[in-house]
Amino acid sequence: MDVLLFVAATFRISVPYALAAVGASFSERGGVVNIALEGIMLNSALAYVLGAYASGNPAVGLGAALLAGLATAGLHAWITVGLRGEQITSGIGINLLSAGLTRYVLVSVFGSSSNSPRVVGFDPLVSFDTLPGLGSVLTSPLVLVGLVLIPAAQWLMFGSVFGLRLRSVGERPEAVAALGLPVVGYRVTGVLISGLFGGLAGAWLASEQHSFTDGMTNGRGYVAIAAMIVGRWSPFGAALACLVFGAAEALQIALQGSGFPSELIQVLPYVVTMLAVSGFLGRSFPPRALGTPFAPERSGQ
Amino acid sequence: MKRLVALEGPLAAIAIALGAGAVLIGIAGENPLEIYALMATECFGTPYGIGQVLFKATPLIFTGLGVALAFRGGLFNIGAEGQLVVGGLAAGLAGAALTGQAPFVALPACLAAAAGAGALWGAIPGMLRARFGAHEVINTIMLNFVAFALVAWIGRYAFEPATVRTAEITAGAVLPRLDVWFPALAGSPANFALVLALLAAIVVGIFLDHTRLGYEIRAVGLNAAAAEFAGIGIGATRALTLALSGALAGLGGANFVLGYKHFFEQGFSAGAGFLGIAVALVGRNQPLGVVLAALFFGALSYSGLVIHGRVPKELVDMLQGLVLLIAIAVPAALARRRG
Repeated sequence: MDVLLFVAATFRISVPYALAAVGASFSERGGVVNIALEGIMLNSALAYVLGAYASGNPAVGLGAALLAGLATAGLHAWITVGLRGEQITSGIGINLLSAGLTRYVLVSVFGSSSNSPRVVGFDPLVSFDTLPGLGSVLTSPLVLVGLVLIPAAQWLMFGSVFGLRLRSVGERPEAVAALGLPVVGYRVTGVLISGLFGGLAGAWLASEQHSFTDGMTNGRGYVAIAAMIVGRWSPFGAALACLVFGAAEALQIALQGSGFPSELIQVLPYVVTMLAVSGFLGRSFPPRALGTPFAPERSGQ
Repeated sequence: MKRLVALEGPLAAIAIALGAGAVLIGIAGENPLEIYALMATECFGTPYGIGQVLFKATPLIFTGLGVALAFRGGLFNIGAEGQLVVGGLAAGLAGAALTGQAPFVALPACLAAAAGAGALWGAIPGMLRARFGAHEVINTIMLNFVAFALVAWIGRYAFEPATVRTAEITAGAVLPRLDVWFPALAGSPANFALVLALLAAIVVGIFLDHTRLGYEIRAVGLNAAAAEFAGIGIGATRALTLALSGALAGLGGANFVLGYKHFFEQGFSAGAGFLGIAVALVGRNQPLGVVLAALFFGALSYSGLVIHGRVPKELVDMLQGLVLLIAIAVPAALARRRG
């Protein structure tokens, strides 16, 4: 197998995972479990296709995807932070709704229950003939944006005042509220950031595939959450875990049809996640207030 | 009276979701009342329609009961989909292997295989929770994916050539269609698995409310610290809760595999495990509520096929998600208002 092609495939697969996982760390560090990521990515992928189809311009598709990501994340934020509804069920509900919504729109707009027509995608900025595959992946605008955003996210989380406060909101919201800071505002912002990153991830999937197909995220949102946990709720850690997960998926695809049971490799990311959650890869702890709605009147404020 | 009040939230959620659906139907250029009337008459107006609804509701009763049992024990089982899949696979493989066995051997063996495989799939996150404190939400999600991969892997050896299905199960393992007793249901796939599902609901109700173990499961769910102080082993109780939850979801595979197609087919679950979460929530984690909610979601599933041609059938997929979301949002909003 060609090493360069394998690296290119790894990158291509890892980028949407990494974007979604990095975004999820902002939601969860603020104290909100975001299983809705699957629905966020799915809606965004469809929005990209609708935008690109209507305009012929991938940038319009990207804008639509970001808006769809924000809107879906906004719904999750409203239910979980605004109404203090249960976070995991809200995520499951949004994912069910998004699966139905995207199917409904697909049929209504394109008259097909399986896929959209072909739309434009983002072209690589440069095409290297010497690096087949790899060059076009590495110089794709969305990959470049991702490569810039991931360190930026790491800085935002651990180097900025915003990040410090967001993390405090996920650990001890009462203390943040006592300082007079808006806990609800930080939590909502964290969820919305994950919506933007999820939107970017959905746009990348649709742009790469040049179309929308029913259920095309195929569990990637859940895997992104898993990677974020393996990466211990940090943007760099999450991105690194996604690179490993992506490599496993690339290897599995490469081994398909070779007679080797590729399913054994396919399950590696899931098994690694279960080991990580169980503490076999070193102890790590989720944000202390993760999953707990913040109710100021009940915390004596 | 208390029971009536408990209905208020779910009914409000259903009403609001149907209201939203009416708007969508209007946008699609149809009369919402006509479409809803069509749904109702096709689902409940003919014996065939009722049979279809019962068939769709059957796996939802099983997965809904499984998720509800876990909820009562304070555990979140998002893995019902995977448990349903491995349960169906085990039933199919057992049914194909037991060629020539009499029903009183083959049928219990296949049901035990389904329940056992589901229980194993539930026990894994249960034991990881008990032993290592690993949160079951992520582990049950991961095991869904492992279950899908397991099916593909076993399928390499067990599927019929050029298909994604196993060999036919032996005649003794077949759950009879309900039209054997109710000829009016003729042609609908409703089968004896429904009776098993209703029995399971009764058993779960008695188990939770009238047995020592059921009491312990509820105690751990309500207040784990207090339960531990009272001498209940919370780790073992949690592991057992998830195993039982998985067994119920796994039994759901019997409806399709033993009662309908008479073989296991990749993708047969069609999201019934995920929908079980909605069924449990809308059913307030009570066995009777789960049965009613399963009938409602089953009717929605079938009515998609009925309205197709006038409104895209995908409308009902949206409604299912909306009902769940609103069922979460309404009580949360009411609780907020009351402070």
